[in-house]
Amino acid sequence: MNHETIMQVENLKVHFDVSSEGDMPWTKRKKLQAVNGVSFELKSGETLGIVGESGCGKSTLARAIISMVPAETGRVLWFGKDLLALQKTEMRKHRKEIQMIFQDPLASLNPRMTIGEIIAEPLKTHYPKTSKADIKLRVEDVMNKVGLLENLINRYPHEFSGGQCQRIGIARALILKPKLIICDEPVSALDVSIQAQVINLLMDLQKEMDLTLIFIAHDLSIVKHISTKIMVLYMGNMVVLAKSEDIYNHPRHPYTQALISAVTIPDPKIEKNKDLILIEGDLPSPINPPSGCVFRTRCKKAQDICSQEKPELKEAVSSHEVACHFHD
Amino acid sequence: MSFLEVNNLNVEFNTADGIVRAVNNVSFSLEEGKILAIVGESGSGKSQTVFAMMGLLDQNGRATGSVKFEDQEILNLSISELNLIRSEKIAMIFQDPMTSLNPYMKVSEQMAEVLIHHKGLSKTDAIKQSISMLDAVQIPEARNLIRMYPHEFSGGMRQRVMIAMSLLCNPKLLIADEPTTALDVTVQAQIMHLLSDIQKEFGTSIILITHDLGVVAGNSDDTLVMYGGQVMEIAKTELIYARPTHPYTQGLISAVPRLDDNADKLKTIHGNPPDAMLDPVGCPFSPRCKCSKDICSTQTPELLEAGENNHFRACHVAFEELL
Amino acid sequence: MIVANKNKIVKLAENLAADEQTSGRSLWADARTRFMRNKAAITSLVILVLIVLFSFVGPYFAVWTYEQIDWNTMGSAATLGMPSIETGHYFGTDDLGRDLYSRVIQGTQISLMVGIVGATIAVVVGTLYGATSGYIGGRTDQIMMRIVDILMAIPFMFVLILLLVVFGRSIIMLFVVIVLLSWLDMSRIVRGLTLTLKNKEFIEAARTSGFSDCQIIIRHIVPNLLGIVAVYATLLVPGIIIAESFISFLGLGVQEPKTSWGALISEGAGTINYDTEWQLLVPLSFFIVTLFCIYFIGDGLRDALDPKER
Repeated sequence: MNHETIMQVENLKVHFDVSSEGDMPWTKRKKLQAVNGVSFELKSGETLGIVGESGCGKSTLARAIISMVPAETGRVLWFGKDLLALQKTEMRKHRKEIQMIFQDPLASLNPRMTIGEIIAEPLKTHYPKTSKADIKLRVEDVMNKVGLLENLINRYPHEFSGGQCQRIGIARALILKPKLIICDEPVSALDVSIQAQVINLLMDLQKEMDLTLIFIAHDLSIVKHISTKIMVLYMGNMVVLAKSEDIYNHPRHPYTQALISAVTIPDPKIEKNKDLILIEGDLPSPINPPSGCVFRTRCKKAQDICSQEKPELKEAVSSHEVACHFHD
Repeated sequence: MSFLEVNNLNVEFNTADGIVRAVNNVSFSLEEGKILAIVGESGSGKSQTVFAMMGLLDQNGRATGSVKFEDQEILNLSISELNLIRSEKIAMIFQDPMTSLNPYMKVSEQMAEVLIHHKGLSKTDAIKQSISMLDAVQIPEARNLIRMYPHEFSGGMRQRVMIAMSLLCNPKLLIADEPTTALDVTVQAQIMHLLSDIQKEFGTSIILITHDLGVVAGNSDDTLVMYGGQVMEIAKTELIYARPTHPYTQGLISAVPRLDDNADKLKTIHGNPPDAMLDPVGCPFSPRCKCSKDICSTQTPELLEAGENNHFRACHVAFEELL
Repeated sequence: MIVANKNKIVKLAENLAADEQTSGRSLWADARTRFMRNKAAITSLVILVLIVLFSFVGPYFAVWTYEQIDWNTMGSAATLGMPSIETGHYFGTDDLGRDLYSRVIQGTQISLMVGIVGATIAVVVGTLYGATSGYIGGRTDQIMMRIVDILMAIPFMFVLILLLVVFGRSIIMLFVVIVLLSWLDMSRIVRGLTLTLKNKEFIEAARTSGFSDCQIIIRHIVPNLLGIVAVYATLLVPGIIIAESFISFLGLGVQEPKTSWGALISEGAGTINYDTEWQLLVPLSFFIVTLFCIYFIGDGLRDALDPKER
């Protein structure tokens, strides 16, 4: 397993036009900057965790990377090719290599198709000449990989539990043997005991099939467990990009510090005695973000320079990049 | 006088597929001024237990058993009798503050309504008290914000409004049904911190229902673990985490990924949580239990004392024999 | 062989189960079960089937054709034209002495055909148009829907009557105009449904898997619309039958000697004062019973497909 760079995202920006009350069809719409200049590199076999709270833009980022949502500027280099510059039909060919699994396991499956049909469809679409027998073999093979009994192939999604539906979603993503799987909050809707099953499954599959993962979630504990490196987003801006252990052992950005202190640990001795860093106030309006550093309105360390100059993402120590004028 | 005593609570629902038992023989007690956390996954019956207590079951639901609040039997009271208790003695806050607040009424009206109805205050007095309660829950500029509509507040602020509304009549018991599940983790920290402050300031007892083991660890005195409609274990929170004595509790705690843990694999509980139990026979956890014996699938384990300090567990397998 | 260990028995059962592929319980099957439980809907379905059968099988029992004139009863329908088995006029005769039994069968055939075929075409065209418009969205959607709006603004009855007066009565013309205007409502409804479906995660999953728009519309969107479309379709049928009956009632529909329910009702209504109630009652009953049956079936379909029941 080599560690070549398979994806390079450069200064990706996504905005949405927002109409407010009293707007006429010709009024210039306000801009909501959902993703504000995200750049990172992804190496083969890695797991990049993307963490942030609501409105941070992590889901939009995931969709912009694969052209499901139009990007304003930026490049997404996939093995050197800019995906955002491709035509729709060209891009479709690359969709074999980058797959996605979704947050709501049942809603991500077509209720009118059997799970066998759901899992087989990508194969039939991209390789239409595959024989029926081959298709069946491949479907059964991938069902085994995700821990689903083969004899369930003719059942319908609503007959399965949440965890099983997510396995079906994973099977569908795997059948084309992709190189990268983007997981958008894949376990948030599942029970705790099932979350662990699915997380273990993803990690096993990653080793077995040499996959690279982008794992998006709001639960830092889960992200840290599965990721090799973590990116923290706040209102569309990158706050931190560092190795998983580093983020926990030595958080350097005030937001990360608050985030980590807020994450609960199932241990009363730790929880009842911990020094909670509370962030005051609410998220500012994304249509009118604060000037300079977007976090400054809630940051205890904020000073004048924070409102004048937006902090760049810079290496604080090796492999630990932070965007803060006063990081630790 | 006991504060809250629940004995042999059963909740059944009449569905097209038959009679479904959502809560099966649940018993527990709560001391005044304490916080009890009820933990469970989907299908555990934790929400239906408190709905039954508050008379909020669906039309096709029936509750039997006994719920004594301050020595008064409150299970299956008539609506008018229940309304004397609701809000004044026992208040409830729900998971989704957006749907719990009337989107067509200003916050000031909604809060004043509670005080006018229960305490007979005049509108001006009611609004004054509401504003001071909003201050107590740390809503900035309460005087101005109170005249806004619910959708103009953020999720965390709405939950604070809910908490303020529930405390208006100074209830003795506050039931919080998954109050922070829909909130971001930093907002969750704020809200739980607030609840703990309120508990210290007003001496309110709290029943906290959640599936988040981390929230339970930091915010409760006692923990009750439910599975498949039944109680699996009850104990002091410190004890349950330090030395869980029930296979389900043990499995649950080891399945949660911890921020301070560097383990490679998570220990899982294989199988799936049960859907509603049609005919509960035996221990609901036995199909997924590593230690299950034959008796586990035929006989429901009784909730027996397993130690001092209000420690109960329901398991046929003795603690020493657990794998 | 006695298998004493319970675990072994469970393992055996699991292995046996693993060999056979269990078939699933599709949502259609669920809906069908719920539909079967609805007594009103099932009764209506049975009655409707009987009426349709009647229109096919009835002619074999007819003594008279629908245009044959019975000279004996012409002019004295009130006395001699009453329904009776001996004369072979099971439903009586009309004023011209034509057998009402055969004419009612004729009318049933025509009305049902206009209704069902018309509704089918309207559904197919409306669904494809609405689904495409809704899925593609943007400017295309706006243009397509504005076309629908403009067509809808045309006063249907006016135009139809005008055409029929200018170009003469013709069942084809009637049929074409009715269908041309029935698909409009359906396309609006389907477009709305498509807009809701478009944002569902399984459609997003289909797009990330690289499926073409055409494939997504046909394999993913349309099958999930069919339930609601079926319900609206059953409401279209009576609408079309009523429209056709109204036109025929005005005297502008089917050409003599062919007839339809509307025309028969019109004739029957005209002779009410002459003691020939059957001339009105028989076609009217067929009309009313059929419409009620379709409404009950539509109701049953809607209840059966109600997502809350899932």
